[in-house]
This record gives sequence, structure tokens and C-alpha cells, in this order.
Amino acid sequence: MIDLDDTDRALLRALAQDAGQSAGALARRLGLSQPTAWRRIRRLEAAGVLAGRQLELDAARLGFGVTVFLGIKLAARGRVSLEDFERAITAIPEVQQVHHVLGRYDYRLRVVARDLPDFERVLRRRIMTLPAVGEVEANVLLSEERLPGPIG
Amino acid sequence: MQVDDQDRRLLRQYQADPSLSAAALAERAGMTRASAWRRLERMQAAGIITGLRGVIDWRALGYGVEVSLRLTLDKSQASAFDTVIARARDIPEVIEIQTFLGRVDLRLSVIARDMHHYQELYKTRILTLPHIAEIEALMQVATIKQDESLPL
Repeated sequence: MIDLDDTDRALLRALAQDAGQSAGALARRLGLSQPTAWRRIRRLEAAGVLAGRQLELDAARLGFGVTVFLGIKLAARGRVSLEDFERAITAIPEVQQVHHVLGRYDYRLRVVARDLPDFERVLRRRIMTLPAVGEVEANVLLSEERLPGPIG
Repeated sequence: MQVDDQDRRLLRQYQADPSLSAAALAERAGMTRASAWRRLERMQAAGIITGLRGVIDWRALGYGVEVSLRLTLDKSQASAFDTVIARARDIPEVIEIQTFLGRVDLRLSVIARDMHHYQELYKTRILTLPHIAEIEALMQVATIKQDESLPL
């Protein structure tokens, strides 16, 4: 685990919002020299803190009008293979996120679809047909915001 | 603006690897660099590409616990949603806020350094939120898939 100073935190905040900025642009914004900014960004990447980049698209404009969060409880009947379930569920293109969780459900999923009938198709034909799936709860996403987290 | 098959091909490659250079991206999408550049510019201007976000791995910063808190609100007061969301934004350890149509009204992603820290946050910041009818916690065990790509 690495220790961050205020400059690291400012860099991380800026990159979390816009990872397309060059080291030069960031250096100017934060009053650093370009080599310093570059070196610090490399250090954050090497430590695994800056784990990657994610392209943000307007899903609705690309025809994906519905996002649903699913809670899945595995079926109690027989013994189900977690590996088989995870392999099958991650192979479904509409499934964007799969988290193994503890609590009322065993898995938490984020699913995109063109509209509600399309979601129903994915749910009935791709997800409910997996032998491991027991109880399912669906909540339709209305709004979403990401926050900077404890580096603010 | 209309998105055509070439745009979709470009976006597929771009979201699969957002760190690609424009030249590499154009090659993978099977078009000239100028064409790829023009299409990306156009989709950015039209708000279809909304950004490039840096992904922070909170575990690498010592936040080993992540909990998905599913809240049901007491909606007898019209302002309940706005009030709770405003309060949640003030908690530094809250990294995502979503609202839903379904059994769950609101979801918060909360990170903590360890279980003791989580317990403290839960007692002092979460249980003190107003208008809460029910809280359910799903503790993150493992992330199986997290790319948030659209099935273009």
C-alpha cells in the first residue's frame, strides 16, 4: 500500500474525472513540472491505485435505454458449481458487472438492455435458464452519480 | 446524430481498450486514422462519448471493505429522496449513489479500511440518515466482471 500526499490526491482526483488529460496539461493545472507529474502518475499506476481507464458513453443515445441491477440468490437444490455459474453469467454481453456478495443475495449484477422487453428476453432466456439461479430481484436504474471518494 | 456500423465498430474497440492510441484504434477498427479521428470527434461533440474516467482501485489505497447498502425510504415526505442523497454526498466513503424503481429506492456504495471502520461509519453516518425505512447490506466478496462495456 502506498502513502499519498496532497499532490498525489489532486492528481488522482483529476484523472478519475478525466483520464484523457496529458501529464503536461495536469502539470500546468496543478503547478507541477511535467516530469514530476509524469513520474507521480507512473507511480500511481505501478502501485495499482490507478487501475485503468473506462470509456464513458451515453448508453441511451446508443440504444440502451434500460439498466437493471439484479440480486441473485443461488438455487438451494443440489450442489451448484460457482465456477460454472460465473463463467456462464459473465459470457452474457448485456451483463456489465458481476459481484459476488454476502447477504440476502449471492450475486449482484448490472445489466443493460435496449428496453424492458429486451431486458425480459435477457432475463428469461439467458439468466433464468442457468441451473444455479434461484431467487432474482430486479431494480430498474433511474439515476446514478459517482463521487470522488475519500481522496477529496 | 445517427451512429452507423463503423462508429459502433470504433466504439467497440475503444471501450475494450481505452488506452489505445488513435493510430492503433483506427487499425483495429479497420479504417484510416483520419476517418477514426473524425468519427471520434463527432461522437464527442454530439455527447455520445461523454468522457474517459480513471478507475481507482480502493483496495490498493487500503480500503479493503466495500458494502452495497440498499435503502428503502419512508416516502411520506416528498423531499425524502433529495434530503437523503444530499446527506449521502457528504460522506467521503460513499463512492456511488443510484436511485431505482423497484423494491429498493436507493443504493450507496460505501468503502471502509476494515470492518471496524465500516462499523463506525455505519453507526455514525448511515444509521443517522433521515427518512430511512429499511437498510440491507450486501458485502462485496469478489468482483467477477467489471468492464461496463455496452454490447454494441
